[in-house]
Amino acid sequence: MSKRILIVDDEPNIVVSLEFLMKREGFEVAVAGDGETALRLIEEKRPDLVLLDIMLPKKNGFEVCQAIRANPDWQAVKVVMLTAKGRDTEVAKGTALGADAYMTKPFSTKDLIAQVRQILDVA
Amino acid sequence: MLQGWVIASASFAYLGVLFAIAYFGDKRADTGRSVIANPTIYALSLAVYCTTWTFYGSVGRAASTGIGFLPIYLGPTLMAGLWWFVMLKIIRISKANRITSIADFIASRYGKSQLLGGLVTVIAVVGIVPYISLQLKAVSNSFIILLNYPEIVMPAKAGAQPLLQDSALYIAMILAAFTILFGTRHLDATERHEGMVAAIAFESLVKLVAFLAVGLFVTFGIYNGFGDIFDRAEALPKLKALMTVADTGASYGSWWSLTFLSMLSIMFLPRQFQISVVENVNERHLARAIWLFPLYLILINLFVLPIALGGMLHFPGGNVDADTFVLTLPMAERQEALALLVYIGGLSAGTGMVIVETIALSTMVCNDLVMPVLLRWKALRLHQEHDLSGLLLAIRRWAIAAILLLGYIYFRAAGEAYALVGIGLISFAAVAQFAPAIVGGIYWKGGTRRGAIAGLLAGFAVWAYTLLLPSFAKSGWLSLDFIREGLFGVALLKPQQLFGLAGLDDISHSLFWSMLANIGCYVAVSLRRPPDVVETSQGTLFVDVFRHTEGGAGSRFWRGSAQVQDLLPLIGRFLGPERAREAFLAYARRRGVASVEALEANADLVHYAETLLAGAIGGASARVMVASVVKEEPLGIDEVMNILDEASQVRAYSKQLEQKSRELEAATAELRAANERLKELDRMKDDFMSTVTHELRTPLTSIRAFSEILLEDPKTDLIDRRKFLAIIVKETERLTRLINQVLDMAKIESGNAEWHTAEVDLHEIIEESIAATSSLFSDKRIGLEMALEGGVPKVMADRDRLIQVMLNLLSNAVKFCEAGHGRVKVGLHLAAGAVRVDVADNGPGISLAEQGTIFEKFRQGGDTMTAKPQGTGLGLPISRQIIEHFGGRLWVESSLGKGATFSFSLPLEERKTK
Repeated sequence: MSKRILIVDDEPNIVVSLEFLMKREGFEVAVAGDGETALRLIEEKRPDLVLLDIMLPKKNGFEVCQAIRANPDWQAVKVVMLTAKGRDTEVAKGTALGADAYMTKPFSTKDLIAQVRQILDVA
Repeated sequence: MLQGWVIASASFAYLGVLFAIAYFGDKRADTGRSVIANPTIYALSLAVYCTTWTFYGSVGRAASTGIGFLPIYLGPTLMAGLWWFVMLKIIRISKANRITSIADFIASRYGKSQLLGGLVTVIAVVGIVPYISLQLKAVSNSFIILLNYPEIVMPAKAGAQPLLQDSALYIAMILAAFTILFGTRHLDATERHEGMVAAIAFESLVKLVAFLAVGLFVTFGIYNGFGDIFDRAEALPKLKALMTVADTGASYGSWWSLTFLSMLSIMFLPRQFQISVVENVNERHLARAIWLFPLYLILINLFVLPIALGGMLHFPGGNVDADTFVLTLPMAERQEALALLVYIGGLSAGTGMVIVETIALSTMVCNDLVMPVLLRWKALRLHQEHDLSGLLLAIRRWAIAAILLLGYIYFRAAGEAYALVGIGLISFAAVAQFAPAIVGGIYWKGGTRRGAIAGLLAGFAVWAYTLLLPSFAKSGWLSLDFIREGLFGVALLKPQQLFGLAGLDDISHSLFWSMLANIGCYVAVSLRRPPDVVETSQGTLFVDVFRHTEGGAGSRFWRGSAQVQDLLPLIGRFLGPERAREAFLAYARRRGVASVEALEANADLVHYAETLLAGAIGGASARVMVASVVKEEPLGIDEVMNILDEASQVRAYSKQLEQKSRELEAATAELRAANERLKELDRMKDDFMSTVTHELRTPLTSIRAFSEILLEDPKTDLIDRRKFLAIIVKETERLTRLINQVLDMAKIESGNAEWHTAEVDLHEIIEESIAATSSLFSDKRIGLEMALEGGVPKVMADRDRLIQVMLNLLSNAVKFCEAGHGRVKVGLHLAAGAVRVDVADNGPGISLAEQGTIFEKFRQGGDTMTAKPQGTGLGLPISRQIIEHFGGRLWVESSLGKGATFSFSLPLEERKTK
């Protein structure tokens, strides 16, 4: 059974690229354009990993990450923060909130895939 | 029956107790544990004011004038209220300058003048010696009256007594011995007598207790309380009159003048000056004396009227002198013990006054009269003596003996004469002559030595002519003619109606003329020429004492050269070599110098030596003596002025410093605020950079991702490939737009933008912009409506920039309109000296809160909660900057759900030529 990935971003073009990449790797992909949708989809689809942008409408990435980690049912969900905000304080904040990895946009597609695979423990 | 020996031994026992107290006080003082360092003892010792004249005389005065005895105590009570200002200043000055007497005070103030010191001493002696006689008389009379117990016999005339049987002579001798023992035990630099003060405080208690005892006995023992006495007195017309103030103008006038006179006396009687100033241990003691001393006066006056009335009721015949009621009433009632107590109380009142007054006068006579003469008398070769301290003590002892002898002689000579009976107030009027020189001296820098001498001489002369000589005449020693007809028969010179001034009692009359002459001469002569060098420096030290109390003030006015080996022997000659050496050693230790020899003989040391000496021989003589061994370079008046100037410059400078430091504080606060603003700006810049970076990274992310995808897999599906490439192109365009706008914004904000200002027709601008955006409208199928007023004048602006604004507004309108249903309306019209353009849409509208923020950078309109709007977030801020550059205004009117109208107006009049 293939792993499920939830892409959370409000930039349509970035979503297109991430969707393409993840599908190419054989993951099952769901997409959310804002924080609230993201949480709803996590409940519905129980993804293995969330690619999470920070600047999001309705609920930002930090809040979403916090909500994931606060829910005991969702402890298995991996979180990769993916954001254009690259300041040290934001990286620190992301990891402090329980993100498994933090990647700065623009990212290398290779690195991203490698990171996702490693976290999901997929060969 | 009271035997003579009982009374005598009681007297001696009492004096023995006094002696013991004084001895104990001195011993304690020597070991540094002062018994008088206590505000209550200080206040009690001030009650030396109450002499036998109070103890016996108040009742006598009340018997003849009713409450006329009160002003004598009202004055001091009022004056006590002023002590905190006047007395405190005098004490501070005296401590700083080691003043030893009132003569020394006046002499020091007016340039350390020996002449002035001598003059004050003479006035004091002339004025006070008869007062001492009065004490001797009172004590001796009380002794004689008591001796005849239980018979009440008025004493015979003093002159009738054989000399060797005259008790007053023995009293005078005993008092002289006592005073010599305690007044001149050693020469102290501060001239303080702790043992004596302790004894005086004790005496004050004794006389108060005795007087209260007899008062209580008369009021409650003989009669049934105050009410009873006053009721009985009321029944007799003669006594009734005593209980009201006689309502004649002269009587009120004399009330005022007596009150005024006693106000001055409490300050300037030599004995009061001695106790309140010279013997003061701690100036804070004044605080208690200010209320305790008036309280003492109230207590000792409480029973005066009852005793007077009681006595007059008891001895209606008038053959018992009212002055003796205090003693004779207990005797008439056969109260042996009480009578003895009263006698002891009177003795304490008399001895207290005599001891203090004699010490004060002997110090003055020695320092200001005898020593100056002896030191000038070259034949005595005093300059070559090594130790004059013995001589000084001897002079004081002889002076004490001489003063008491004079007092006794005057007593023998005057006897019952008016010249003795009326002497109390006459004495007061004499010392009142010191007031102008002292009060003027501590508040007015302009007073001079000549002024003080003139004032004192004039006042003294008028006093002698209007009070002293008439009292002699009334005693029968002079012809009364000059009183009745005036000197040389000139009516205007009648001593008690001088220049025709009638209607006053003789004391008020004399006080008026003598004060007028005194103050007049003092002020007029002082004003005739400015103070000289010494007068200026002393005047400053006295008047500004509260500013100069810090050490070294006096030495500022001295310049010259001196040797320790000259100064030390000089001081040794007057204080004794041992004491002088100790004093110098103490001074050296305070300066952190190991030995006397190592001391530097600078102005400070010379000043110290002079004040040491001043304590022993007075300020004026001390100055002469010190000047004889040091080479003083006299300061010119200019230099003294300069020194004073420097002091005021220092004050001015410190004021400037304060001012500067306040300015600095203000500047610091401004800097802090500026720094806060800068920090705020820095944070804003930081946020801006972070936002710009974010905005740049977002398109870059897509571009990079798709480029890598395409690069890695050349066989990507054609449809995907086209789609990805299209995204890359679009994102590149977005990036370019963003970069352009950021640069544009930066240019406008920094003022580096290029403006091509010319006459611009807004019709053209609008039409051109609409043409440029027509594809946007048609793509989203949004309707456009135009309402352009015709004939709108041209404005001065940059054509391209205005098109930029219009494009921004139009594309925004399209962006927020719903596809298919949107309508945009563009309006142009003239309004109040300006041209106004409106771009209205029927989109979702903008909330009030957002209307403010959309003009900030990167704050995009639309609900970020729902969807990400397109655009960079810089369009509106840039547009607003452009419009404002041309003096116009850009704003929005909107409410949620009703669309938004963006408008700008440009002024017509203002023709910018940038």
